[in-house]
Amino acid sequence: MAIVEAKALIKNYVAGDITVQAIRGVDFVIEPGSFVSFVGPSGSGKSTLLNMIGCLDPPSSGFLAVAGQDVATLHGKEAAHFRGEHIGFIFQDFNLIPVLTVFENIEYPLLMVQNWPAGKRKARVLEMLAAVGMQDQGDKYPGQISGGQKQRVAVARALVANPKLVLADEPTANLDRETAMRIIALMKQMRDEFGTTFVFSTHDPKVVKNAETVFFLEDGMLQKEGNRKGESHE
Amino acid sequence: MNNIVKLAFRNLKRYMRRTLLTSMLITLGVVAVLLFISVSGSFKGMMIGQITDSMLGHMQIHAKGYLSSIENLPLNRNLTAKQVDKARQLLDENKSVEAYSMRIKLGAMFSNFSETTNVRLNAVDPQQEMATVPGLVSRIIKGEKEGLLARGEILIPELIAKGMNVNVGDTIVLVATNREGSVNGQPFVVRGLLEGITGPGGRDGVIHLDDARSLLRIEETEISEIAVRLKDMGRLDAVYEAVNGQLSAMKNKMDKPVFEVHTWRELTPFFNIARMIDVMTFFIKIMLVSIVLISIMNVMIMAVYERINEIGTIAAIGTTPGKILALFITEGFLLGLFGALIGVIVSLAGIAGMNAAHISFNFGRQEDLLLAPTIAAGDVVMVSVIVIVIAILGSLQPAFKASRMDPIAALRHV
Ligand SMILES: Nc1ncnc2c1ncn2[C@@H]1O[C@H](COP(=O)(O)OP(=O)(O)O)[C@@H](O)[C@H]1O
Ligand SMILES: [Mg+2]
Repeated sequence: MAIVEAKALIKNYVAGDITVQAIRGVDFVIEPGSFVSFVGPSGSGKSTLLNMIGCLDPPSSGFLAVAGQDVATLHGKEAAHFRGEHIGFIFQDFNLIPVLTVFENIEYPLLMVQNWPAGKRKARVLEMLAAVGMQDQGDKYPGQISGGQKQRVAVARALVANPKLVLADEPTANLDRETAMRIIALMKQMRDEFGTTFVFSTHDPKVVKNAETVFFLEDGMLQKEGNRKGESHE
Repeated sequence: MNNIVKLAFRNLKRYMRRTLLTSMLITLGVVAVLLFISVSGSFKGMMIGQITDSMLGHMQIHAKGYLSSIENLPLNRNLTAKQVDKARQLLDENKSVEAYSMRIKLGAMFSNFSETTNVRLNAVDPQQEMATVPGLVSRIIKGEKEGLLARGEILIPELIAKGMNVNVGDTIVLVATNREGSVNGQPFVVRGLLEGITGPGGRDGVIHLDDARSLLRIEETEISEIAVRLKDMGRLDAVYEAVNGQLSAMKNKMDKPVFEVHTWRELTPFFNIARMIDVMTFFIKIMLVSIVLISIMNVMIMAVYERINEIGTIAAIGTTPGKILALFITEGFLLGLFGALIGVIVSLAGIAGMNAAHISFNFGRQEDLLLAPTIAAGDVVMVSVIVIVIAILGSLQPAFKASRMDPIAALRHV
């Protein structure tokens, strides 16, 4: 069964008299364990789409199921519970909590979103720290580590609660190319290790070629779809 | 819960300077209120204590209408023997009454054989009077205090002593007109000088009840005033209700009430001062509430505004609105708690310091009254609770705003 399924998905933003058609009816399916990228120029609707998948923004119309649940009508507290349960997030600006250490940032979802017992929590955080290669940095604060390291921590935080799906909206936009490649590689490695589905967006063609499935967005519509493993696009 | 407190604490620590400034403001408010309550309470207690313990008693019983003409000390408005017996019986039965004193109040001419002035006098039974107003002896500034006075002796107000140039041991003459209009004089030995206190009755002299009876040629028992002391002044209202209820039920032949009963509050203008202090305390508390409310709201609005991005992040990764609400309310609560805690500590230290410093002040003609401020645990708890509750209320709106934030909009915010 697909982890994400969208049919005739539409998102309009209405501001006063103006209606922006951000997503104009898209259909797609994302299989569990896949490594998927949405690619498109700025303003093409990547963030809008990922926000809908992430239950942060309800669709205007159409069908959208995530992890087997119709999420089109999820709101507020239910949406928060659903996100906490099933989805991990990686942000463009890393978005670590500055008052918490690296360890505590990774621990946050287990502590504040799910209610893991202390012993299990610690073991899991240590496991994730090691998985992203940050085992020596647990006591540091976000202000004391580099951007690439921050994004590693963010990857660990997104994965710590064992979500089925990790969404990353332009996770490499604030990183230099080399670091960006390492983060994408790390994400892929995590997919291999934990079987988690990764969906990320980017407008960087160099980054795209690491994706196994690529969806091209333009003006809120999908252009073509295909398994492009190993291919490169310019 | 623990984690919410931890996170809130960390965030407060992040903006240390602001946290300290806000806490200090709250602390300042708490200290101001507690010290004011303490000092004014001490002043009030002393003032009331002095007036009730050395002059008024806690409650007084008169014949109906006496109080309205008390300035004239009317002898024709005294309680009769029968009425006095009734009142006495009632007071003896009342378990809350510690003591009472029967007084005849009279005006007289006071002569030192070369000059004459007028004097207001309380004629009392020394035993009864000392039991009812134990502070009276402490107002004897010259002369023997033991036993108050004996027959043939008089305690004169120090102002008259000074003006008439009489001293302890001197003989003076009192001349009084009785109810029938006959004039009589009687010599007295000055037993002591009585320190005056502010307020009506504060400059009265004292003679023995039996002397007043012979001076005024009173055959039967006749009393102007019964001053009553209670075992517990805190039960004043309840006792007043009971005594007044029983006494005002007694009617004369014309079906008019015979007695009137008053508490000290109606007998001295100082009750108004005491009340004013209470009103001031109330307004100072309102100021404290405003300080706490405004400073906490200000800080929490800032805190939410600065952290919109963070709020978006934690909301996106699944923190429920309820938890976000709790997070910010906890921050406000902790601020209030710190402020109150430090405030209480500083205030208690301040109160202890004032007691150690033996600060004295003057009240009326009394000098060197020792300021002995105390604070009831109840007041400390009440002020702390007010501060903490207001701190929570003050963070409610900002916290609510944070919890209702749309994660996407919050994440996009720069
Ligand atoms: N909240 C919003 N209100 C109005 N228009 C919006 C809003 N969010 C996005 N849009 C518009 O929707 C379109 C797609 O935006 P977005 O999904 O952010 O694109 P991308 O992430 O690919 O750059 C753009 O035209 C953008 O201006
Ligand atoms: Mg975008």
